[in-house]
Amino acid sequence: MGISNLIFALCVGAAAFLFGKNVIKIKRNIMLGRDIDRSDRSSERWKTMARVALGQSKMVVRPVAGFLHILVYLGFVIINIEVLEIVIDGLLGTHRVFAFMGGFYDFLIGSFEILALLVLVSCVIFLIRRNVVQIKRFVMKEMDGWPKTDANLILIFEILLMSAFLLMQGADLTLQKLGAAHYIQAGAYPVSSFLASLFDGMSMEAVLGFERGFWWFHILGILGFLNYLPYSKHFHIILAFPNTYYSKLEPKGAFTNMESVTKEVQMMMDPNADSFAAPAEGVADEEPQRFGAKDVNDLNWVQLMNAYSCTECGRCTSECPANQTGKLLSPRKIMMDTRDRLEEYGANLDAKEKNPDDGKYLLDNYITREELWACTSCNACTQACPLNIDPLSIILDMRRYLVMEESAAPTELNTMFTNVENNGAPWQFSAMDRLNWKDEA
Amino acid sequence: MENTTRIQVPTMAEMMAKGESPDVLFWVGCAGSFDDRAKKITKAFVKILNHLDYKFAVLGTEESCSGDPAKRAGNEFLFQMQAMANIEVMNAYEVKRIVTTCPHCFNTLKNEYPELGGHFEVIHHTQMLQSLIDEGRLTVDGGVYKGKKITFHDPCYLGRANEVYQAPRSLIQNLDAELVEMKRCKSRGFCCGAGGAQMFKEPEKGSKDVNIERTEEALETKPDIIATGCPFCNTMMTDGVKNKEKEEQVKVLDLAEMIATAKDL
Repeated sequence: MGISNLIFALCVGAAAFLFGKNVIKIKRNIMLGRDIDRSDRSSERWKTMARVALGQSKMVVRPVAGFLHILVYLGFVIINIEVLEIVIDGLLGTHRVFAFMGGFYDFLIGSFEILALLVLVSCVIFLIRRNVVQIKRFVMKEMDGWPKTDANLILIFEILLMSAFLLMQGADLTLQKLGAAHYIQAGAYPVSSFLASLFDGMSMEAVLGFERGFWWFHILGILGFLNYLPYSKHFHIILAFPNTYYSKLEPKGAFTNMESVTKEVQMMMDPNADSFAAPAEGVADEEPQRFGAKDVNDLNWVQLMNAYSCTECGRCTSECPANQTGKLLSPRKIMMDTRDRLEEYGANLDAKEKNPDDGKYLLDNYITREELWACTSCNACTQACPLNIDPLSIILDMRRYLVMEESAAPTELNTMFTNVENNGAPWQFSAMDRLNWKDEA
Repeated sequence: MENTTRIQVPTMAEMMAKGESPDVLFWVGCAGSFDDRAKKITKAFVKILNHLDYKFAVLGTEESCSGDPAKRAGNEFLFQMQAMANIEVMNAYEVKRIVTTCPHCFNTLKNEYPELGGHFEVIHHTQMLQSLIDEGRLTVDGGVYKGKKITFHDPCYLGRANEVYQAPRSLIQNLDAELVEMKRCKSRGFCCGAGGAQMFKEPEKGSKDVNIERTEEALETKPDIIATGCPFCNTMMTDGVKNKEKEEQVKVLDLAEMIATAKDL
């Protein structure tokens, strides 16, 4: 144990602490949402998670992006085994502590290198798709500014991390060949052996310096990246799992029936009900809930978790019939707006002197009515989402607010409501003529 | 040649008066009852049922809007009032099984009524027709559709919403027709633009109407017929074809109409 181990331990500790703090804050924000029961059918939920998150089943609907994403995802998951070794080495002052595994260790290190190269190449292709080819869903209006920067930062981060890993390996291999003390002869180097020539002719001290430099850059980079996640759309790598676990299992066409409405309708239809009866004990003290959603705290926690899970890939928007025909609505923007407003709402809560009420709402300040009314409820967005995010449920809840709290539906829809109410059909036909068709020629 | 045999459409009330109960309730829906184009689909389906002597009944004037457009537009009160009234009527008649030619009614009755007390087996007419063929009760050959190029537009509330993709396609194949798929089909099918209560309002400002976009895609397959299984999709696609001035070459038809015509009913 030396001073460097102590510094390392402090870095890991600080990174873990900071990350934990931010995760707790995100969890707090998500739990600001209304309750919704998704505790049922756990085996079906595990299967959904295994298929959609772990198995990436919806990613491969688009084969190019899907394939590259699987490479990055596999790289991320598998190379993390190497991070475990690095952390142990860093804490104990050992070097390649897993080397005792012999041939299996060689296999592991060799595959990490190949994966690292594949991740690197994939990320370069991703950068090209975003910035050179400019695929439409990556350059739409809602991606201007931070979302675009965020996406590029993530890719650059990963390229740097993978480069540092491979250079570190190359330097290590050189040191092994030079017979440096402490550098045990272990591992396979299918990629970095080509990089080792960079260190040819350098003194052992210089190579040692590089090796340590890349080692520190790599691990501090990972800790830094970890702490970048809560501020980034890249948080999806964590929330993908709970988000798919808690996703809707009912057929896509099944929309929730609002319980609060059921009670009132039953009361209206029950001839024996006393609508003037005093509410039951305790009920009167509760603040009545808004019908539908005006702000983020009117949404349920699954919808809020959806917002934090969204990685802004835009597949929803690129399949949305309203968006594809030039309307303002973009399901991805619905999710981004929900997250942005929730972050703002949470920040207001944290600034104790300030009431969370800042006179702003998700409706109008973020999502306009024009966007909401353009939706055809066709479920193309929910089908397209690789993480089972449900923008449609948010659109519906906001329409419910507009109609039931503000009576602010478009005029033609109000006419339709009146017709359904009076004639039992959305058009102005008499209910008594409903069977006339059978006698028409 | 117009078939002049009158269709037989018993109501639940008439059945009950005779002490009988039907094997299936045909839920006609608002479009099927009032819209001139959709009424043809309704009658075609009834002709098939009559032809098979299938014991069915309709609610007639006791049927009311399922509440789908109200719900999708955000009017949950109106939806639940409609739903509960309909459920009360159907439970009073002890309805067990429902068939409907409208995917919106199909979806609502099947998925949203149970929680409100309406537990029925609900099927779409394309599913019923296909199972009648599978059982051997209904036989079809191509007739006028033999060898025709037909593309199927997936109604969102039949396809993605309830994952019924195969039954309508099997019917087309049973007609000895050539099924051609659009680029966006089945789970990635593109909406006609009518859902979510859009049918009843003007679209928001955009560069194109949704039905035009979809019709263009359908026409790219160079079809003789655009088949669908929803009265609203039918309207939207028919309007789209007219907009493209292709109504002489391309017909928009419901599968029930095609089966009825193929059987010369």
